[in-house]
Amino acid sequence: MTRARSTIAQDRSSLRTHGTPVITVMLGSATTILPIIAVTPALPPFGLLLLLAWRLLRPELWPLWIAVPLGLFDDIMSGQPIGSSMFLWTVTLIGIEFSSGRLLWRDYWQDWLIAAISISFCILGGSYFARLSAGGGSVLVVLPQIAWSILLFPAVLRLCALIDRWRLP
Amino acid sequence: MAAPPNRRPGYNRKAQYGLFASYVIAVAGALLGLLLTIISIADPTGFAVLRNMTAEVTRPVSATLRRLVSGIGSADEQIVAYVRAGSQNAALRRQVEANRTRLIEAAAIEQENRQLKSLLKLVETQDDEVVAARMVSSTASSARRLARLSAGRRQGVRPGQPVRGPEGLVGRIYEAGPNTANVLLLTDPENIVPVRRTRDNVAGISTGLGDGSLEIRPLSMGRNPFKPGDIMVTSGTGGLYRPNIPVAIVLRVDGDAAIAAPLANPAKVDTVIVQHVFQPAMIRPAEDAQPLPGPGPIQPEEP
Repeated sequence: MTRARSTIAQDRSSLRTHGTPVITVMLGSATTILPIIAVTPALPPFGLLLLLAWRLLRPELWPLWIAVPLGLFDDIMSGQPIGSSMFLWTVTLIGIEFSSGRLLWRDYWQDWLIAAISISFCILGGSYFARLSAGGGSVLVVLPQIAWSILLFPAVLRLCALIDRWRLP
Repeated sequence: MAAPPNRRPGYNRKAQYGLFASYVIAVAGALLGLLLTIISIADPTGFAVLRNMTAEVTRPVSATLRRLVSGIGSADEQIVAYVRAGSQNAALRRQVEANRTRLIEAAAIEQENRQLKSLLKLVETQDDEVVAARMVSSTASSARRLARLSAGRRQGVRPGQPVRGPEGLVGRIYEAGPNTANVLLLTDPENIVPVRRTRDNVAGISTGLGDGSLEIRPLSMGRNPFKPGDIMVTSGTGGLYRPNIPVAIVLRVDGDAAIAAPLANPAKVDTVIVQHVFQPAMIRPAEDAQPLPGPGPIQPEEP
């Protein structure tokens, strides 16, 4: 009896401990269902911001390939060519993995710098793929989006830290 | 702060293999993503099924939220209009007087036009409207400019059909699911619309720039004929868009092209109308969404 009860408790806690980060990233990707008809790429890519925040906050949380399914979901929601976030996010996570092997000491500013480079890489890469598929367009359009995504990152990191405190017992 | 714990497993062989496997899967996933990207660039609507499935699921959320916030987009205009009510009233009165005579003339021209067209026996779809629907969300975080429409194949919406609002052209249908459709907005770089100037029929091609404005290139080589303030309407060339739908107003001249702003702001348009393809016979089935700019069989009538 006690055994059965304990498995149920374990299941719930597993969903809570491992499901919460994935769900928050998916919710971040799903912000495009908000009723905003944007004429420029105005909305920061919240899915990417949350993914980076979780990765920098909890490096051991996810296997390296987590960006493959999460990127696919983001592509479906965002209207980018399918596969572009899958590729860019995974490359970003592999890059962060290698860089974290090099860096011995880490602080807040380094985290922000890593996030800023990753955000710029993903948004510029995404806009490159979008321009390839649309057959034209200007790269300047995404610069404001990059700027406020980088400025928003510390707030997203704080949010993740709050959720993390709730997530872990 | 010391570095947070990384994944280096030490001498544990099993953990080392697990780490290696996760690297392999990640690299394979990245390559798969690159492959999918290339496929979806080559065939942009190939994964439409995937996208439409999620659109069906998220449609109720978007539509409900849209209903709640519709009107907020134009709140600033309402306030400004209230402040300038007096002078605006007088100006509008003068404009109405001027417009009335124009309207009578236009009605006469329309009548004449209809007679001439029936003489020519042009093959055009007669009933104009497929469905009126709302745009509920858009690709706000992407460099593509697509908006989601709350109507789909069940309501008769098909890819390629033009979409317009009360102020002018909004775009055309890109992909259509059962109850949702994606609209390729006028400002997307993929959207090419044959246009003409209202005053004197100077033909041009409008392409989206992705930042909310359009680039209009004249069809004829030589001096740039466009000037700020020119109104561009669809020319009907190519057979996709009906002629004389307002498209854009020229803001400035930039080299051999003109930069224009769309007349229908998708952020403020509440309800849009999906129209039938103007001359279905002219659109080849393989590329039903891409009208080739070139001289069509009917010339736009003189204004």
